[in-house]
Amino acid sequence: MASPILEMQSITKTFPGVKALQDVSLSVEHGEIRAICGENGAGKSTLMKVLSGVYPHGTYSGTILFEGAEVEFGSINDSEDEGIVIIHQELALVPYLSIAENIFLGNERKHRGLVDWNRANSEAADLLARVGLDELPVTPVSQLGVGKQQLVEIAKALSKQVKLLILDEPTAALNDADSEHLLGLLRQLRQQGITSIIISHKLNEIAEIADSTTIIRDGRTIETLDMRSGEVTQERIIRGMVGRDLDHRYPPHESHPGNEVLRIEDWTVHHPTQPQRVVVDRANLSVRAGEIVGIAGLMGAGRTELAMSVFGRSYGSHITGKVFMHGKEVSTRTVSEAIDHGIAYATEDRKKYGLNLIEDIRTNISAASLRTLSRAGWVNGNEEIKVAEDYRASMNIKAPTVMALTGKLSGGNQQKVVLSKWIYTDPDVLILDEPTRGIDVGAKYEIYTIINRLADAGKAVVVISSELPELLGICDRIYTLAAGRVTGSVSRENATQENVMELMTKERDLVR
Amino acid sequence: MTAVAGLQELFTRNLRQSGIYIAFVAIVGLFAILTNGMLLSPGNMTNIVLQYSYILILAIGMVIVIIGGHIDLSVGSVVALTGAVSAVVVIRAGQPWWVGILAALAVGLLVGAWQGFWVAYVGIPAFIVTLAGMLLFRGLTLQVLNNVSLSPFPPEYQRVAGGFLNGFLGGQGIDVFTLVIAAIAVVGYAVSQLRSRRGRIKYRQTVETMPLFVLRLVLVGAVVMAFAYQLARSRGLPIVLIILGVLVIAYTIVTTKTVFGRHVYAIGGNLSAAQLSGVKVKRINFWIFVNMGFLAAVAGVVYSSRSNGAQPAAGNMFELDAIAACFIGGASTTGGVGRVTGAMVGGLIMGVMSNGMQLMGVDQSVQQVIKGLVLLLAVAFDIFNKRRVGASR
Repeated sequence: MASPILEMQSITKTFPGVKALQDVSLSVEHGEIRAICGENGAGKSTLMKVLSGVYPHGTYSGTILFEGAEVEFGSINDSEDEGIVIIHQELALVPYLSIAENIFLGNERKHRGLVDWNRANSEAADLLARVGLDELPVTPVSQLGVGKQQLVEIAKALSKQVKLLILDEPTAALNDADSEHLLGLLRQLRQQGITSIIISHKLNEIAEIADSTTIIRDGRTIETLDMRSGEVTQERIIRGMVGRDLDHRYPPHESHPGNEVLRIEDWTVHHPTQPQRVVVDRANLSVRAGEIVGIAGLMGAGRTELAMSVFGRSYGSHITGKVFMHGKEVSTRTVSEAIDHGIAYATEDRKKYGLNLIEDIRTNISAASLRTLSRAGWVNGNEEIKVAEDYRASMNIKAPTVMALTGKLSGGNQQKVVLSKWIYTDPDVLILDEPTRGIDVGAKYEIYTIINRLADAGKAVVVISSELPELLGICDRIYTLAAGRVTGSVSRENATQENVMELMTKERDLVR
Repeated sequence: MTAVAGLQELFTRNLRQSGIYIAFVAIVGLFAILTNGMLLSPGNMTNIVLQYSYILILAIGMVIVIIGGHIDLSVGSVVALTGAVSAVVVIRAGQPWWVGILAALAVGLLVGAWQGFWVAYVGIPAFIVTLAGMLLFRGLTLQVLNNVSLSPFPPEYQRVAGGFLNGFLGGQGIDVFTLVIAAIAVVGYAVSQLRSRRGRIKYRQTVETMPLFVLRLVLVGAVVMAFAYQLARSRGLPIVLIILGVLVIAYTIVTTKTVFGRHVYAIGGNLSAAQLSGVKVKRINFWIFVNMGFLAAVAGVVYSSRSNGAQPAAGNMFELDAIAACFIGGASTTGGVGRVTGAMVGGLIMGVMSNGMQLMGVDQSVQQVIKGLVLLLAVAFDIFNKRRVGASR
């Protein structure tokens, strides 16, 4: 093969007190798809930030060779001028601008100082065709789903004559169909000679698409595996990432379900702003004490909407149906009512809806239980810290003290704080929405262990997840949702990827 | 097992908070030198207290509003309206002074409930609601007063802002009563600090080393006693200082130790997360504004008492001074961060600077320029600090 397009040689980057990258070397061939794997905090993002100039030359040691020449980037603009474009996990599009405006943002198609809209829109249309997005260039980005927005980002990168495309967790928020399309697009770009670096936690995707995989652990490059042979298994990658064999990705567990705790009958929810749209349609389900129940469904099936509408009507309008706790009908009109009846809901987006990131661990853990911690409106601050410290120890939250800001924690530790908060409300049923999203393999295992512990303690646990293997691995029973309807309930013994997926994609008419 | 924090750690950890105290001391020192000590003279220190008390009272309510992620532009007009109502009741209708005060407080609560309703239950941003309120309540002030000033108040009413407690215990040229009250305050502070330290040790938390702890108490005690000594040499203990002191203590406790206070921080820090944690957001927001209305009424009473009457233009631009005090005192523009004590020090920085520049005979226009720059620099320092802390992780 030809000379490498990118060579990063012994990159070391230190933050005060921490060596984030230590003597990392990375060599990427022309026109390959390179995956980078590692646990959260291993240094993947830092390495990409060094490469793209977010951390300018001089703040790290080591050399970067791009297309054989040494480069010293002072900012993102410098790296983009060379054809290195990074697409972050959180998309950087302006929602109210059109696709074309977003594509050429900061890079406008000008004619004598004025924007040439005809040229911009026609070039945008060409780029959209290249990424396989069937939308008009004048459509506002806010009208597109996440998957399509991702494609707009790639079109934007292409408009900059990209040679090396870096994607950080590109499929984290996508459903399977969109992910599939995106991966297909990357293959297509490879044929056009564009090199890609993809950071992902989804090992099955990596196995499918990557030509080679570099594993980073604790700020060092551990190894680079050639994936083309097809012999490298997911287990092999995990072993490299965690530095040990994970015999089981899911901790073994045997549930002993008791009496029914939560039952939902004929639950119907309408869209909050378009009341004629039915989001959840006459859903029935029940969970028993000590049981772990999964809710599977494609994006838009109404999983989160179902959970949030039950939890204090936090979503939707014109909600009808009944909620029973321990066989008695209860009202869950407000969040505090739901909490009082023993329901807890840990949100899928912990940064946006789950945590107060500018506050410390202690404050976040106590946030839903201040009444327990207070007498006549007075908070017992010392008791609060003691409780938080207990959870820090028992949940293995990695932070020096409970006074550490949650915004500074890694995803896995943030999730443990969220779980602590809800466990401390002493609920009978915990609804966990995407509890392991964006969390590395090691921390996932810890979360599963916590879920098992909760079930053993007699709690009813509901897990909502878009990762089927996860549901199959930890749940006693799985409900499937399709277009707002419960299409099935499959027990652990009978559940396979195939039959659950079939129920998830069941057509509306077939349900009746 | 009990960890003990050293001086340096305390400093670096709390630079954001301690920075403001250091700045305050530096500014006081600077103006003390520039005015040849006049700033710290007994008469002038009394003056500063009287002159800025109502801004500080407003800043207490404002910092809670700001922590909750809102803003209140109407407080200046509310000060005018409540003062006007009080003047109409006392001066025009001839009611006793305390009826006037009660009427003013009732109007303040009503105003707060009005604005709280629109912000919390209708969901209009506080900026809009209080901008409307600013016009609305100024207009009502003019209506109530029929466009003319009312004065004078009876002597009892004037005592609220201009009165002193002194002479109960005698003393020659130095009021012993003032010193005794200050001493009680210092002892009370020491006892409460000691108790909280014991509690923390019992729960195995980090505390300062004993010498550092004692040093802090001695330092605070010395400053308070020196301040009291100067007051005692002048006219004694201002009544308004007692009002202010009680409010500061009460609201420091409310913000740090009560469920209500914690919910305010939660709403300002992350509204959605607070909502999904069972915080009754609407109710909390409503009471934030009711409370602001109440404190604006207190400030209105103090101001009308001090100016011995009600004027249509009273309280103009007070909202900006109160807001500036909060931001200089470390509150965050996006909500979720701030302290009552910080806002007090922020207000005092503004007060000491104005007073010092007045003593020096600095032109009014230059004073405005300098105050504007100080506000800008204070917030810039804050942002710089946040970045520094952020980068060190």
